[in-house]
This record gives sequence, structure tokens and C-alpha cells, in this order.
Amino acid sequence: MIAFLMGRLAQSLILLVVVSIIGFIVLNLIPGGPMSQYALDPGMTQDDMARIAEQLGLNRPLWVQYLDWATRMVQGDWGTSFRDGSPVTAVIARHVPATLILMGSSTVIAVGIGTWIGVRGATHRYSSFDYAATIGAMIALSIPTFWFGLIGIYVFSLQLGWLPAGNMYTIGDGSLLNYLHHLIMPSIVLALVHIAIWSRFMRTATLDAISQEFVKTARAKGVSERRVIMKHVVGNALLPMITLAGVQLPSLLTGALVTETVFTWPGMGRLFLDSLGYSDYPVVMGLLMFSAVLTIAANLVADIVVALVDPRIRLA
Amino acid sequence: MTKTHNPSTGYSRRDTLRMLAAGGAAGLLAPNLLGKPAFGQPTTPNGRIVVGVTQEPTVFNPLMPHIEVDDSVAFSVFDALFRIDPQGMIVPNLATEVPSLANGGISEDGLNWRVHLRDDVLWHDGTPFTAEDVKFTLELIVNPDFRAWRTTGHALVRDIEVVSPTEITWRMEQPFAPYLSFLTETFIVPQHILGAEANPNEAAFNQAPVGTGAFKWGQRQAGDNVELVANPGYHGEGPYIERLIFKYIPDMTVMYTQFRSGDIDIAGRAFITPDNYAEASNLPGRTVELVPAGSVESIYLNMEKPQFREKAVREALYYAIDRQAIVDILYYGVPRMTETFMPPQSWYYKDDLPEQSYDPDRARAILDEAGWLPGPDGIRAKDGMRLSFANSTTTGFHLREQAQQFIQQTLAEIGVEMTIENHPAAVMWAEFWQQSQFESVMVGITYLIAADPDVTSRFHTGAIVAQGGRGSNNAQYSNAEVDALLEEGTRTFDPEARKAIYHRVQEIIRDDLPFLPLFTNNTVYGRKAGIDGFQPNTNTRSEAWHAAGWYWS
Repeated sequence: MIAFLMGRLAQSLILLVVVSIIGFIVLNLIPGGPMSQYALDPGMTQDDMARIAEQLGLNRPLWVQYLDWATRMVQGDWGTSFRDGSPVTAVIARHVPATLILMGSSTVIAVGIGTWIGVRGATHRYSSFDYAATIGAMIALSIPTFWFGLIGIYVFSLQLGWLPAGNMYTIGDGSLLNYLHHLIMPSIVLALVHIAIWSRFMRTATLDAISQEFVKTARAKGVSERRVIMKHVVGNALLPMITLAGVQLPSLLTGALVTETVFTWPGMGRLFLDSLGYSDYPVVMGLLMFSAVLTIAANLVADIVVALVDPRIRLA
Repeated sequence: MTKTHNPSTGYSRRDTLRMLAAGGAAGLLAPNLLGKPAFGQPTTPNGRIVVGVTQEPTVFNPLMPHIEVDDSVAFSVFDALFRIDPQGMIVPNLATEVPSLANGGISEDGLNWRVHLRDDVLWHDGTPFTAEDVKFTLELIVNPDFRAWRTTGHALVRDIEVVSPTEITWRMEQPFAPYLSFLTETFIVPQHILGAEANPNEAAFNQAPVGTGAFKWGQRQAGDNVELVANPGYHGEGPYIERLIFKYIPDMTVMYTQFRSGDIDIAGRAFITPDNYAEASNLPGRTVELVPAGSVESIYLNMEKPQFREKAVREALYYAIDRQAIVDILYYGVPRMTETFMPPQSWYYKDDLPEQSYDPDRARAILDEAGWLPGPDGIRAKDGMRLSFANSTTTGFHLREQAQQFIQQTLAEIGVEMTIENHPAAVMWAEFWQQSQFESVMVGITYLIAADPDVTSRFHTGAIVAQGGRGSNNAQYSNAEVDALLEEGTRTFDPEARKAIYHRVQEIIRDDLPFLPLFTNNTVYGRKAGIDGFQPNTNTRSEAWHAAGWYWS
């Protein structure tokens, strides 16, 4: 177990370095840069722009900039946001809670509903429910998130007036109920795609488990069908889903990118887009590293959890 | 426009400017010039106004590099020495009068300045505001270790001297009339806080500013909103509302939706899109109005490209653009036509310049006469050069992209080829724009800085960056007469004399056509009908330039 962890850790470190180098190069290859937002500013002179660029350290060779950034990063200094002037870690920390709330609630919805649809689709194979679920999943997968978001706003906010059109809370109303009210639509919209994916995988996994010998044995022993499904089938079908969850976590982040824009949700997705728009290199790099670490950690945790719950798997 | 009387004061802009030129009387009048006399305003601040903005305010030290939306916070939290009112008049703010040649605040040679300050102003933390704060601010801007925003004008200031807590003098390296306007956007920061910081670039102040303005810093929910609270001890008018909130809504369509649903009280920058103007005007309980913007939309030419060197070509191109159709059909009739870089609401606007008309026959005749004749491919050519050029703008700006396609068609009809090469904003406005690498650009430019008519940085030969100059004359426009006039304009302090200068500049530039004016934009302002005391001021970059005067009726 320890050896496994050490090996994975070494792999992860190399991966992080590669990701950071590629990220840094790509970011700086994009023409423009942080100064272009001031180019149309009346009264901004080329001298002023050159001075600001120098003060930000942007006129140094790229490799010097990277080494400087990497050295500080290793020491725990993630740099300072060009746009905001505050430390990158503080900038990210300010946006993490909103995204966590959104991701958390949509994950609960996606896993809950997705599992149910998948299992029911597998146990009632080729039923009208199964067909409906298949078609529904196809629709959810092929229509972009922002479209669902806009339709949701049009129907439930503008026409029916049931749900707020966006934002995390009504300004001046900090009650829990108000937060929950605002959370409903974005978390369902973000969950839609994941329900689709989760239900398809769950259906397949359930079908695999159903045809196993131990299910036949359980039935032969006279265990009730409900118990067979709940304990023997679902329990085993969920195992591969843990790995899926690890892989899916980063895609929840990207989904949040779109959802957060449509619903004006002040999370990391918005921060990433805005920082990219402003060429706020330190924040973009910080977010890149943050999500890289998150992805690696999620996969690692998934592997470990699978090993812990499935006695057949041993991490060597 | 220039003769319109200001209903709130009874003075026309001409009158007020004369008085400004005539001397200190303006200082005495000033308090009345901001908004109507008190009527219906609450005696203690109450209520809350939420202003939606489509970019997030993130820079709260007003001296550091920032964008328009940050100005809204700066105007509310801080004060400058002077303020520029909606009529383009400069009035005192932290100063007690506007220095002029007549009142002796500016010496005859324009070099020595003397400013008297109010003695009743407190910083939000209770410390009195003094001339030391002004000195500190002006010095900080040019401090090489400080990441300052624009330094134009400030770099000319020498020998700042604090005569008394309410009086400050300085000397200018050369006469620079626009400096008065620049000072209306130079917010004074507290010496007792920033002066104590080892590194003002990373001071805690930058995240929780302390000013003298009508609103104090409240709190910020990053990515979502900035909340300011009333400063009941404010030295000027107001504030009448208790809380002023800038709510960040990243998308213009979403912002309009939230304006419709009532989630925001004012649709602030970047305002309501023209395509929603008609619908917004009919919303119940909302006041929606067109407000002139400072920017002029044009086909901006790179004068160093061989295609554009001949004036005949530029004239012909201009005649071949159907501006009326672009304004009416693509922009829903919202903008208005213009022939100059000067915004129509400026006191220096020249309203009798020759008017362009859409006349393809005339365009063809001009090109025929100049020797540009149609080649075998239908495109005109002269001495082996085809009359073909690229036009660029920001990718994804749909109205501009449609206007480009429309112009492309009408130019094709007179035998001119215009190709479209658009780039994302970060590419478009970087070296491509700054180093004049484009052939032509479709762009909206705000030519004036703080409403001063000086356009040296845009049209002076010495402002061509691609030729080693300093400024933003990206068109590489060069005309000796304009250069001389611009130089004279910055040395001239009398408004009437300056007016003559800048009228001549507008005439010459209209004739030279370094850019083909399409229109001057109007922005669509929207607010809840219950908000009173709201005054648009296109001489500033912020709709919240005077939120102190807002209240719920």
C-alpha cells in the first residue's frame, strides 16, 4: 500500500510539472496578454503600458518567468493576481465555496437519480421505462448545458416566476432558505448531463452484476428479489462507479464553468473564464494547478476506496 | 446641444464656461450645479440600490491600473479635487474653487498652480483630510515603485508644496491645460494609511479602501458583488441611500433578464444592448433612456498602408458606406450620425462639418478620376496595386461583424475589395492594434480624456507608436497643421480660444479622413422608475459618478 502510494505520488509530481510547463507556455503563447485591456483606454500611453508591464515582470524571458513562478509555487507562494492585487490562493479560496456547494448538490442529485434510473433500466430491461431513460440520456448528453440553463430560466423564472433567474442569494437576504431556493435550478441543470452518464454506466454495470453466478445463487437460496437487487446486484455494480466518480469530478468542474456563467454563480468556473479574459496569468496558473491536483487526488482516492471496499483488489 | 439650457440651474453651458473663464464665481455656484435643489430626498440615508455591471470591479485603489467598472466604486468611495458635471463643467469637490487664470489659481504662463482645499473633510476613519494627502497622492502616481495607472499630466508636476493644510501649490514642467480635467479623475488617497505601507502595491488598503467619498467600503463577495455603505458625515450632497451595491453579472443578456425580473435596480455598464431597447422601453415600472456615449465608431484606417495614402480613396470609401442603413437596421436606430471624433455633448463639438451621404456613383467617379480603374476581376487597381484591404474587429461582436459584411457588400459595388479578418479581443488590441499592424479596424474609440478636448495622443505625429512616438495614434495620422494646433491647444487655458483651435482640428480631420466615422453611440440606460436623483454624465466613465444624489422617491 505504502509503495503504491509512493509510486503514485512520484507519478503525480511529474504530471504536475508537465502540466504546469504546458499551461505556462500555452498561456503565454496566446497573443495579447494582460496589457491589452488598457489599450483602448483614453489617455493610456505606450510608456505607461510599458512601465506597468515591467512592474508586473512581463518583459522578462518566458523561462525566467516560469522558473520564478515555479520556485515560488514550491515555497507555497502562488503569486499575486494582476487584476485583483491579492494573493492567488486568497482569490481562489474566495471562489471555492460557491463551486463546492454547486458541485456537491448536483453530485448528490446525479448519483441518486442516475443510480435509480440505471438500476431500474437494467432490472426492467427493454421496458418503456428503459427506452425512455435511454432516449432521455441521449437528449441530455447531446444538448449543451447552457441551453438547458437558458430554457430553465425562461420557463421557471420569467414565465412561471417560481425560481430565481440566477445568483447565489438575494442581496440583503442571507437566509438558508434563500440560498437553497437559488441552488435548485443550477444544481439540477449541472446534474442533468451527469445523471445521463451515471445512469448509462449504472445500467451496464447492473446488467453485468445481474448475470453473475452469485445472483443466481442468492435467488436459488430464496432471497427476496428486492434484497437480491439491493444487496447483491447494486452493491457490486457500484464498484466500477467509484472509479467513474473519480474521473467525473474534473468534468463537474468544467460543467460548472458553463452553469456558473448562465446562473451568475460566483464560483471557480467564472473565476477561470474571467481570469482568462483578463490574461490574469497567476490566477489562471493557480486554477490550473488546483484542478490538476484535484484530478490526481480524486483518481487516487477512487483507487484507494475501491481497494478498501472490494476485498478482491489489493494495491501492490 | 451647446445652446441647451441646463434646466437645473438656468445657466447654459456657454454661460457657465464663460463664468469659469471669468473667475472664481463658478466656485460659489458649484454646489447648485450638482443636481436639483433638495426636494424629496430623505433626511437620513435609507434603502438600497443594486447596480448590475457586466464586468467585475476588482481594483479598489483608484490610482492603480483599472477598467471602467472600477471607476464606479472609486467615484463613490473617493473624491477628487474637482468633479466634472453632466454639462462638462469642472466644479470643486475637495477643492474650494477651480483654479483659473482669472482667479490667480493658475499663473499667466500656465506653469504655477495653487489649489485651496476644504477644511471640513474627514477620511472614513475619522482622520482629517489635508493638503498632505493631495501631495502624497500626486507623488505616489509618479513613484517608480508604484504600479500606477495613467501618468499623463502628473509626470509634468514639480515642486509640490503644502502651504497650509488647506492650500497646496505646484509647478508644471510645461503648460498643460488638460491637467484640470485629468484631476477630475485623480482620486485622492489617504497619506496616513498608504504612506505607512512598505509596498503600496500590495497594501491591505487596496482590498478595503478608505476614502472621503459619500460611501464607505462595506464588503465584497468576490465574483458576485461589492457592497458600500452610506457615509453620513459626507461633506457634499447626500448620500440618501444606506447601501450601494454593485452586482457582477457576467453576461449582458443575463443582466437584462435580471433587470426585467427586478433583481437589479439599475442596469449599469455595459448597459442594455440595442436590440433590447424597444422591449425595455415598454417595461412597466422602469425608466429607460438613451444616453450619448463618449465613443465614436468608425472604420479606422492605417494611413501608412499604400491603399489609403491617397485622400481620394478615403473619400470614395466614405461615400460608399451606407451609414443610415447600418444605424437603422443593424443598430436599431439607437446611435446617431457624426462627422467628428468630438462627442456631440462636448462643448467643443463642431456641428457644421460637411455631412457624408451614401453615394456610390460619386464614389466611383472619384476613383475613376484618381486613376483607380476596374481590373479584369472587377476590383479597381492603380499602378499594379489592387484596391483591396482587410478590416478587423473583435471576434464575437455580432453587430460589428454584421456591419462589416454590409460594408463589404457596398464597397464591392464600387469595385473595392474588403476582406474581413477578425481576432479575439486579446489579440486584436495587443501589438496588432498598438503597433499599427492592421490595415483597417472597425472600432469605437473614446478620443477625449476626462472630457478635455485635447487629442494629442490620438492625432499628433509624435504619438505614433509604430514610428517610435508616444501615445496612441494607431492610424499613423500625420498633419503638420494639426500638430501645431494641438500643441497650441494644450498651452491655452481660455475656453473660447481653445474652442476655435479644436474646431479647426475637427475641420482638418474631417477633410483628411484618417477614419471614416460611422456613428457616435448612445447607450441604453435602464433603472427602476422609483429611483430619483439619477443623472447620466458622459463626461465620466461611470454611471455611478454621483450615486450620492440617488434616492428612492
